[in-house]
Amino acid sequence: MVNRSVIGAHYGLRDWVMQRVTATIMVIYTVALALFLLTMPSSYAGWKDFFAQTWVQVLTQTTLLAVFLHVWVGIRDVWMDYVKPTGLRLALHAFTIVWLVSCFIYSVKVVWGL
Amino acid sequence: MQKQRPKHLDLATIRLPIPGIVSILHRVSGVALFFSLPLLIYLLHGSLSSAESFETYRAVVAHPLMKIILIGLLWAYMHHFCAGIRFLFLDIHKGLELQTARATAKTVVVVSLALTLILGVALW
Repeated sequence: MVNRSVIGAHYGLRDWVMQRVTATIMVIYTVALALFLLTMPSSYAGWKDFFAQTWVQVLTQTTLLAVFLHVWVGIRDVWMDYVKPTGLRLALHAFTIVWLVSCFIYSVKVVWGL
Repeated sequence: MQKQRPKHLDLATIRLPIPGIVSILHRVSGVALFFSLPLLIYLLHGSLSSAESFETYRAVVAHPLMKIILIGLLWAYMHHFCAGIRFLFLDIHKGLELQTARATAKTVVVVSLALTLILGVALW
C-alpha cells in the first residue's frame, strides 16, 4: 500500500518550484554570458576558443538542462489550459517530451563538439 | 449553484490591462521559443563549426528572411527574460501594488523592445 495523494493542494508545488529555480539559473547564465561576450574580442576564433573550455561546456549543458525542464512545465501548462480533449492533450504531452528529449540530445552533440 | 452576476463582455469597449498584455506575451514568446529550440541549437552549432562550414552558416544567417526570424526570436527571448524576472519578483510579493505592477509591466515592454532594437542593430 502506497500512501499517495492524487488530489488536493501542493500537488503542483514541485513543478512550480522547478520552473522558478530553472528560471533563476537561466537568468544567471544569460547575464554571465553577456558580460563575457562584452569583454571578449568579437571574432570567430575568440568565440570558438571560449566554447572549447570545459567549464563553459559544463555550465552551458547544465543551463540547457534547466531550459528543457523549464520548457516542459511551461508548455505542459499551456496544453492543460487550452486543450480540453484528453486524447489530444495526451498526444501533445507525448510530442512535447519527444521534442524536448531530441533537442537535449542535439544540444549534447553541439555543446561537446561531437 | 448558479450565481447571477453582472457581466460586461463588450469586446469593443473592454481591453486587456498592460500587466495582462505582458502576461499573454510571456506565454506567446515562450511557445515561440519552444518551437524554435532546434533552430536555436542549430545556430549555436553553426557558430562553432569548422572554418569552411562556418562560411555556409554565415550565408544562411545573412538571408533577409532569416534575419527577420532572428529579430523575432531575439524579441521573444528579451520579453520572456524581462517578464520572467518581473514574475519572479511578484512570486516573492514584490511589486504587487496596482500602480507598481502597471509601471513594471510597462518597463518590461519598453526594456525588451529597446534591448531587441539595440542588439538587432548591432548584429544586423
